[in-house]
Amino acid sequence: MIRFENVHKAFGSNRVLRGVNLHIPKGESMVIIGGSGTGKSIALKSVLGLVKPDSGTILVDGKDATKGDHDAFLARFGMLFQGGALFDSLPVWQNVAFRLLRGSLKRPTEEARAIAVEKLRRVGLKEEVADRFPAELSGGMQKRVGLARAIAAEPEIIFFDEPTTGLDPIMAGVINDLIREIVVEMGATAMTITHDMSSVRAIADKVAMLHDGVIQWTGPVSDLDNSGDPYVTQFISGSAEGPIEAVR
Amino acid sequence: MSRVLSPLAILGALTLSALAALGRLAIFTGQTFVHMIRPPFYIKEFGAALMNVGYFSLPVIGLTTLFTGGALALQIYAGGARFSAEAVVPQIVAIGIVRELGPVMVGLMIAARVTSSIAAEIATMKVTEQLDALVTLSTHPMKYLTVPRVLAGIVVVPALVAVGNIIGIMGGWAVAVGTLDFNSATYLQNTADFLETSDVVTSLAKGAVNGGIATLMGCYYGMNSGRGAMGVGKATKGSVEAAAVLILAANFILTGIFFSS
Repeated sequence: MIRFENVHKAFGSNRVLRGVNLHIPKGESMVIIGGSGTGKSIALKSVLGLVKPDSGTILVDGKDATKGDHDAFLARFGMLFQGGALFDSLPVWQNVAFRLLRGSLKRPTEEARAIAVEKLRRVGLKEEVADRFPAELSGGMQKRVGLARAIAAEPEIIFFDEPTTGLDPIMAGVINDLIREIVVEMGATAMTITHDMSSVRAIADKVAMLHDGVIQWTGPVSDLDNSGDPYVTQFISGSAEGPIEAVR
Repeated sequence: MSRVLSPLAILGALTLSALAALGRLAIFTGQTFVHMIRPPFYIKEFGAALMNVGYFSLPVIGLTTLFTGGALALQIYAGGARFSAEAVVPQIVAIGIVRELGPVMVGLMIAARVTSSIAAEIATMKVTEQLDALVTLSTHPMKYLTVPRVLAGIVVVPALVAVGNIIGIMGGWAVAVGTLDFNSATYLQNTADFLETSDVVTSLAKGAVNGGIATLMGCYYGMNSGRGAMGVGKATKGSVEAAAVLILAANFILTGIFFSS
């Protein structure tokens, strides 16, 4: 469904992606792991057109992601941002129903609100939250609202950018379980980037390790502990000794 | 050799940098006007921007123009007394406020109140990935954020200038009648007789230009903000500086165009 073919991206002299090749089949949950600053977010944002690759191709259903009707293309995606990226000026329900209140997926206001409330319930939030503003919510609640917004328009593909960053372990577990449940029940294709190993084990069907701008290893999550790859082994053990430099 | 050339190299680099910045601003301005005529249009956001730029600016506009008009009356009276021309206070207050001080004061107050708030809001949205979120939700940030604000500035600031002009003239009237022993009816009659339609029209035109500049600078600096709190701070400061300088420069150019003949 999503295929990276030799994707390169540099910022000045900093070559972040140096030939990424990766395939995410339809309905599969792929988690990309790697240290901070290794280009995981850039890879994800490249698919959505937020970052333009210098060379290489990103195909979605066999079609170049950079060509064609971009609005129709983006309507197939939902995304949970690292910090939530909720719009401060809008109440929670309008954040969740943002796509349903304008553009090609526009619905009547009452219907859009009803869908927003239903999605909020799905992520474990009560209806009372709908009329609050994002700044009035805790970090965990903001993540849930972000998740509700990501799934509001029933997307085929969902991206999760560091879904558990900044959360306590219990809330991180709740979010991980929610993501897994939602992806399975929607049958969506998911791409998650994280360096939280509990997220990886909870969310992933397959795992890809990004380091030095290329995918070093990819395989089923069940093979993660016996990958035989020195990068993966060092990363999951959190060891300072190994091929990944501790000081970057 | 390098010692001789280094000042030239610095001058060249500065010139190139200034031209590049001017080019980026010109492209941003062009894109804004192109998006203004292409759907989709965000009417609700435009309404909110009208309220923020226009209605909520009324108190500060009213107070600043009131005091400016009052101070102007005192100055003209004191200055005019040197050559027995105290009687021209209503005429000079009217022309001074309507032609220059009204549009400039309103423009600068909008730069202080609105430009800074737009720049800080959009820069914070950029830093917290809200602009990226807009894109992923199939919403163009320039259409959703820039166009409503700039259009509101162009539409509503002339109205603020009209209000500011009236309050400024009334400030002069209050001082003249209250402390300088002018006759109220005569003062107002002299003001009305002296002002011409072209004075008012050019005043409102300056208001539209100043409103466009002030809101555009807020959006431009916000959209191009750097990272973190420092980036937001720099964007906010830069937007107000640029708006103030451009408003005064545009005022000078427009005054030259309107009144040089």
